[in-house]
Amino acid sequence: MPVSKTGRGDFSTMDSIQLLFQAPVLSVQLLLDGMLIGAIFALAAYGMALVWGVMNVINIAQGEFVMLGGYVAFFLYAAGVHPFFGIPLAAVVLFLFGWSLYKTIIFRIVDKDLFISILATFGLSILLQQLANELFGADVRTAESGFGTLVLFDGQVTVAEIKLVAFIAALALGGLLLLFLKQSRLGQAIRATAQNARAARIMGIDTDRVYAATFGLNAAICGAAGALVAMTWIIHPYLGLPYTIRSFMIVIVAGLGNVAAVLVAGLGLGAAENFAGFIFGAEYQAAFVFGLLVIILMWRRFWLNRQRRYLK
Amino acid sequence: MVKSENKRMFLALGVASLFLAVSGTGNAKVEGDTIVLGAAVSLTGKYSTNGKNTHDGYELVVKRINEMGGVKVGGKSYKLKVTYYDDESTPARGAQLAERLINQDGVQFLLGPYSSGLTKAIAPVTEKYKIPHVEGNGAARELFKQGYRYLFAVLSTSDYYLREAVNLAAEVAKSQGKSPSKLKIAMAFENDPFSQDVRDGVIEDAKRHGMKIVIDDKLPPELNDMSATLTKVKAVKPDLLVVSGHAKGAVLTARQVKEMQVDVPMVATTHCDSAKLAQTMPAESEGLLCASQWDRQLSYKDKWFGSADDYAIRFAKEFNYTPPYQAAESSAAVLVYIDAFTRAQSFDKEKVRDAIAATDIMTFYGPVKFDKTGMNTAKPMVLYQIQKGEYKVVAPSKFASSKLEYPRKLPK
Repeated sequence: MPVSKTGRGDFSTMDSIQLLFQAPVLSVQLLLDGMLIGAIFALAAYGMALVWGVMNVINIAQGEFVMLGGYVAFFLYAAGVHPFFGIPLAAVVLFLFGWSLYKTIIFRIVDKDLFISILATFGLSILLQQLANELFGADVRTAESGFGTLVLFDGQVTVAEIKLVAFIAALALGGLLLLFLKQSRLGQAIRATAQNARAARIMGIDTDRVYAATFGLNAAICGAAGALVAMTWIIHPYLGLPYTIRSFMIVIVAGLGNVAAVLVAGLGLGAAENFAGFIFGAEYQAAFVFGLLVIILMWRRFWLNRQRRYLK
Repeated sequence: MVKSENKRMFLALGVASLFLAVSGTGNAKVEGDTIVLGAAVSLTGKYSTNGKNTHDGYELVVKRINEMGGVKVGGKSYKLKVTYYDDESTPARGAQLAERLINQDGVQFLLGPYSSGLTKAIAPVTEKYKIPHVEGNGAARELFKQGYRYLFAVLSTSDYYLREAVNLAAEVAKSQGKSPSKLKIAMAFENDPFSQDVRDGVIEDAKRHGMKIVIDDKLPPELNDMSATLTKVKAVKPDLLVVSGHAKGAVLTARQVKEMQVDVPMVATTHCDSAKLAQTMPAESEGLLCASQWDRQLSYKDKWFGSADDYAIRFAKEFNYTPPYQAAESSAAVLVYIDAFTRAQSFDKEKVRDAIAATDIMTFYGPVKFDKTGMNTAKPMVLYQIQKGEYKVVAPSKFASSKLEYPRKLPK
């Protein structure tokens, strides 16, 4: 068969679909890979939902927090420490970073229009990208975790152990966060502020502190996710945007108050993306995500307008 | 009446002085005893690593030439200097800065930016002002199909990057008594001008050998994960996997081929050295084939730096890292100017342009000789294999210092 100039060689979309039917085990591989990465997306998305729900701020710099967390893990790894310890360290470092960002910039946009928050955090994301580029260089880095690969079905399905570890860590972090919000005083204050900031103030809650903590918490979650990204894939200063967009999409689908929905949406997006990459080719993997976003936005538009969501 | 005439007078004077100011800087190509070259390079943005390599490559020659007493033109020694701007890795900015270098700074000799995309943006500008433009980092074949008169490239064009891998696979097949036409190739190329050229070259040579292309994926520029493509590769079991996606593609290939246990006997990629594969992930990258414009193990020599290895040593001393080929080819671009100035014995940009066109020199980077379109047709590409954490040249066979390890053992 001749190779077409613009086309995809001898291997077409139909061939890919056929291959899936011939070897169903490939679907298992795609599903597993997709769901394992989906958990990391869900983590970042949960942070976004938190900030959005509590502060009414859409944080476009979400992906940049992930990137910075990745660098924390990478530098720890470069210093000879196992990057796994990068998860808590990245969380702590990014918490402080998020807190100070709130105190310097974010507090100015909390009560403003949603559009202002998008603009401000968009600017912030560019600033962080360029700063990271300046400080760490544009090199592609990765933190080697030293984990092996699990081989299933006679080597037809492989699962990198680090992805499994990342998956479990993401779930554990999500669980911890939930517990924190339900049980601790600060968590309760955060929820109260989300429900009605004015009432919360009247009841003696220092909402400014709550906002700072929320933003810090979000940065910490993203930082932890970033550490997982550094161990699972690669990091470089410009990786943020896809994570921001995926977070945004997951939040749109799942709503602001529902942790379980965020998780399910994250896993679903990861799997859908992987299947799209397999069937249509990797060049359409990102296009698929964006396309899905548009469709979901249209579908959710009226719905979002009508209901008011609380962080329950 | 008098008042308004005065006003008009002021205006005229103002405009006149503005003109003077602009044209005053117009002949700053040579300031006193210094020749000023200009370059827009990517110091920030996504190309900043390679942009820095480009910058350092230029600077090393400037330093070396000034150390050696400068360039002799018309019995006088001139020092060398390069004016830089940061193009932020965006083509539009690159074109603006080229205009600025030419119109405001009066630079008459341009060095190239990093990447084909930026070169594509700047070449029309240098063409418009008839300014010589010698570059070492724009490898897109398309650049040399436009009939540009002032653009010259010292590097091999990008369609040559991975042809050698296809030919090597054919060689191996033949030596094992197999017909090359039985081979299956899986390809994954980023959707940018450079990688698509690499793809064209691979397809051309694959066709020549009658090989079958079984996967042809385009990778997105925001590539973070190749598992979907690699799942496919694993399923169709090709004999050769070729990937081009800059440093990201190289790192992901090394990492995920191992993780997903994709057992392909020959895996070739570009940008291993800018991704520092051999240094940072020797286990995963063992046995990978990498395309390179240049290597310090090659036996080229010149009067400015000595051997390729001498160049590498000098570079490492100055900038504290081993020079990737991106730095070497940038240095070679400056050397072309030096040679052209000495032969032209003039700073007239037309004379210098003609001298560049007639270049026929040996440098530490390899032979440089331009064809009519401005491509350097004298220098071949090399292919290395990562063997025990080191780059070993394995193809083309006449420059190869090491033997190919085949089939590639899948790292555990």
